Amino acid sequence: MGIDRRKFLVYGSASLGTAMLLKACGTETPTATTPPTPEASAGTIKVGILHSLSGTMAISEKSVVDAEQLAIEEINKSGGVLGKQIEAIVEDGASDWPTFAEKATKLIDQDKVVTVFGCWTSSSRKAVLPVFESKKHMLWYPVQYEGQECSNYVFYTGAAPNQQIEPSVDWLLENKGKDFFLVGSDYVFPRTANTIIKAQLEAKGGKVVGEDYLPLGNVEVTPIISKIKQALPNGGVIYNTLNGDSNVAFFKQLQGAGMTAEKYPSMSVSIAEEEVKAIGVDFLKGHYASWNYFQTVELPASVKFVEAFKAKYGADRVVNDPMEAAYVAVYFWKAAVEKAGTADDLEAVRKSALGLTFDAPGGMYTLENNHHLAKFVRLGQVRDDGLFDIIFESKAAVPPIPWNQFVAETKGFSCDWSDPAKGGKFKA
Amino acid sequence: MAELADGIFNGISTGSVLLLAALGLSIAFGLMGVINMAHGELMMLGAYTTYVVQNIFKGMGAQWFEVYIFFALIAAFMVTALMGFILERGVIKFLYGRPLETLLATWGVSLILQQFVRSVSWGLVIGIATFCLLFFGGWGITSFRPNWDKIKTWFLVVMFPLSVGIAIALSAVLGNIFKLAITKPWFGAQNVDVSSPLWLRGGTTIGTLQMPYTRLFIIALTITCVIGIYLFLQRSPWGLRMRAVTQNRTMSACLGIPTQKVDSLTFALSSGLAGIAGCALSFLGSVGPNTGQNYIVDTFMVVVVGGVGKLVGSIVAALALGTTNYLIGSGAIASLVKPITPLYDFFTFFATTSMAKVMLFALIVVFLQYKPAGMFPQKGRSVEL
Repeated sequence: MGIDRRKFLVYGSASLGTAMLLKACGTETPTATTPPTPEASAGTIKVGILHSLSGTMAISEKSVVDAEQLAIEEINKSGGVLGKQIEAIVEDGASDWPTFAEKATKLIDQDKVVTVFGCWTSSSRKAVLPVFESKKHMLWYPVQYEGQECSNYVFYTGAAPNQQIEPSVDWLLENKGKDFFLVGSDYVFPRTANTIIKAQLEAKGGKVVGEDYLPLGNVEVTPIISKIKQALPNGGVIYNTLNGDSNVAFFKQLQGAGMTAEKYPSMSVSIAEEEVKAIGVDFLKGHYASWNYFQTVELPASVKFVEAFKAKYGADRVVNDPMEAAYVAVYFWKAAVEKAGTADDLEAVRKSALGLTFDAPGGMYTLENNHHLAKFVRLGQVRDDGLFDIIFESKAAVPPIPWNQFVAETKGFSCDWSDPAKGGKFKA
Repeated sequence: MAELADGIFNGISTGSVLLLAALGLSIAFGLMGVINMAHGELMMLGAYTTYVVQNIFKGMGAQWFEVYIFFALIAAFMVTALMGFILERGVIKFLYGRPLETLLATWGVSLILQQFVRSVSWGLVIGIATFCLLFFGGWGITSFRPNWDKIKTWFLVVMFPLSVGIAIALSAVLGNIFKLAITKPWFGAQNVDVSSPLWLRGGTTIGTLQMPYTRLFIIALTITCVIGIYLFLQRSPWGLRMRAVTQNRTMSACLGIPTQKVDSLTFALSSGLAGIAGCALSFLGSVGPNTGQNYIVDTFMVVVVGGVGKLVGSIVAALALGTTNYLIGSGAIASLVKPITPLYDFFTFFATTSMAKVMLFALIVVFLQYKPAGMFPQKGRSVEL
């Protein structure tokens, strides 16, 4: 057999080279047609995008990356930031929390990015938090969360609990009844959210008739449905903080058990346009969701955002609240950098970010001193085409309250980063 | 009385879901001793096949949509059985008798399949097809040359990177020309929506007992599958050969049974059953890249508790586990022992779905201490081997 190592290397690399050449020919076509932009030669500003592109959370996080890249592309087309093009470095957190911390370190130390847009689950945010705090870096977090956090090194563009959960509970109490059954996935967000809801119901005359938790990914919901029926034989409100696949099973089997949206209206905080599409409109029609933004918001900025997104990613795609928050995050960062006149001095960028306003798809947002956004609260009802009819909209932007006022340990605390003496958690 | 009927029905229906998911595994694991971690992903492929069939039938009109599910069941069986066949020929064949390696290899396959459904697009399919055509086609043609043995290594060294390169280049070029039409993923990372035909929505009520049609359908399907497998194994010539190979592989081979064919067939059957399960369970749960993972632990639990190699073990175990899980989780046991306060408090504590699972696993651990080989252990000399 006449092949030794030297020949192997020669022929192997020759054929690999040919292959690479072919590949290069294949990809060179488009770059040749688009002329290099002058800004690109003047240097770029590197930003990091850190989301799960594989694993359980890829379902949700992939489209957030799409939204962030859309914003970056738009900014680049209109001349970039401080005359420089933005270069996004995308890393995959792989739905694994230690990986998130690792990749965050890599983005900061190796790629020298000036900011990071990333994370979805609270667990991933908690995993990268020490990295950003020790390196005094900057993270933009785009998802609604349970609150109880206010770091100087994170900007939270999703909803705080008082911008999503509390208004929806108030609305339900007024319009749908006083008996609540709480269903949630078994991890930190639903448990915290339900603690808040219970405290709020107690304060306002509602009643929790039952509470149940499903392990993440569990799809056998028969026991829960039996319990809801026992606890609410004549109908009542279901407050749903389930996440991921369990939602699908829950709504499919709810319908199978003959429990309609009229008799058992449910309010969800993790079901947006994308999820409706995945669960099936037939199962969700008539149920409610609470967010800051729906695709059906008719403001000019929203129409523009939806059109741009569909043009880039396909007409059958939808946008949702976390995607909008991620899109907005990129623009807030741009505004902060331009106000500070530098992208590299993070302290200056942080300072100038406070108090900024932006005409976002969801309305005029303000970045408050506690690093959260003042946004509008909206409640939507699922309609035939899988989008939401907006049935309630707060009259003004609701200021964010990260430290929960219904929970004894954090009652009375607030957060203000404009004043170094006050900081992340102080007794007001 | 009403509560009893409720408990029995829901227990059976929970159990039949478990059983349907575990049937295929109990064949692969029981008859062949293959720990197939990709079983859940085969179910997922079945579910995606259902989704595709559903969309085709949706386009054909309302009356066709009502019956798509039967075609979907057949299609899911075919697709996953074919996939199982390829998997057995391509991977598992080389790993018989090495359970740890099989476990790792099939787990790897499961990750590949998950990522495959996330990123599959026309570009990817064209790329893979081109590669297969060039590489395996070239292999087929050159292997007729008289000096094949001599040039085999050369062929591998040259052709492999070459066909990989051409395939990638081709799909990249096409992607640049046709843009989204080629590069857009078919399914994407999001879950897809499978909705059942109208006659499977809702349910019927007997007394106070509410029976969803999907549940009744799954129970019926499970019974059909069990009877089908039983008849196949006990009454058909291939079933006879399968059982012979399970009992004594060497002797079967001596007697002229083509053991390799039997292996492929068994594994294809097991995978096909996974496909059927995936199709049926898509009416209850989600269909997405992670669907399979939601079931894999439960299916292994059923097979292990039931006893490896016994179909009846899986049946009894699935029903027992389903009923126990339901009774604990729904708080039925708690309300049964209401007069005895400490017991009541104890069971109320476990009466949430996630705590019920904790208790179920604790019970299984205790059970396996006394019966390590499961409910229906295999007897005979082959066990000691």
